[in-house]
Amino acid sequence: MSMKISTRQVDGVTVVDCSGRITLGEGSVQLRESIDGLLAKGQKKILLNLGDVNYIDSSGIGELVRAFTTVRKQSGDLKLLNLTKKVHDLLQITKLYTVFDVKDDEAAAVKSFQ
Amino acid sequence: MTAQRLSYTFDSTLETVDTAEQAASKIATEAGFDEDVVMQIGMAVREAAINAVLHGNAYDPGKKVTLDFERTGQDLVITIRDQGHGLDVSKIPDPLAPENLMKTSGRGIFLIRSFMDEVEINPSQTGTEVKLIKHVHGPTAGAKEASP
Repeated sequence: MSMKISTRQVDGVTVVDCSGRITLGEGSVQLRESIDGLLAKGQKKILLNLGDVNYIDSSGIGELVRAFTTVRKQSGDLKLLNLTKKVHDLLQITKLYTVFDVKDDEAAAVKSFQ
Repeated sequence: MTAQRLSYTFDSTLETVDTAEQAASKIATEAGFDEDVVMQIGMAVREAAINAVLHGNAYDPGKKVTLDFERTGQDLVITIRDQGHGLDVSKIPDPLAPENLMKTSGRGIFLIRSFMDEVEINPSQTGTEVKLIKHVHGPTAGAKEASP
């Protein structure tokens, strides 16, 4: 039920690999702490890989919005990678799909930060 | 699908949110809904449970959340009640309005309405009752198609 997060560096971009559920409680808190930790280290080019995120609730959606606005406020950029159909559909009905910069190819996504 | 009722009473904790979602998903699966609809029903119940635990009962250990399921031939009816002060639906902003789009909260009721066929929200001074209805389609509803 819980979420796992790991990070890696690709050509100056921090790829955050998420798996599991981003939901109220632990999942949302983990994501927030991860993003805040990256910003504290000055890593402001963030690619959030949601390819293994199979569930997200309203709290998780709110956390994605918070991550996006927090990174932007610090003159960074946060993009989403590899949305599952469920997450894609949720972002569509909440009209957030066009707000986020959504990518489906990691190499192209990393390049787009340059 | 024969008529069947199930009732649960939960504490006002985060665990209740997960438990309510799991119970709803199990019952929706047993009712014959497909995987996508099961996910939608589970999420609607999860969001209603979040509202009940966080906003209704405000984690008060003395207040309970009740969850009722009723399966009939036509519908799956799910009722979630809290013991809070009553949700003022008129004060819930439209999460799709441009000025609200980047807010980090306020999408729960919208998602519930998106995923269920009918939603009734009945607030009172002793709590809020949220009734969620999903129509049953297909052979599990007991309906038979006429042979050609």
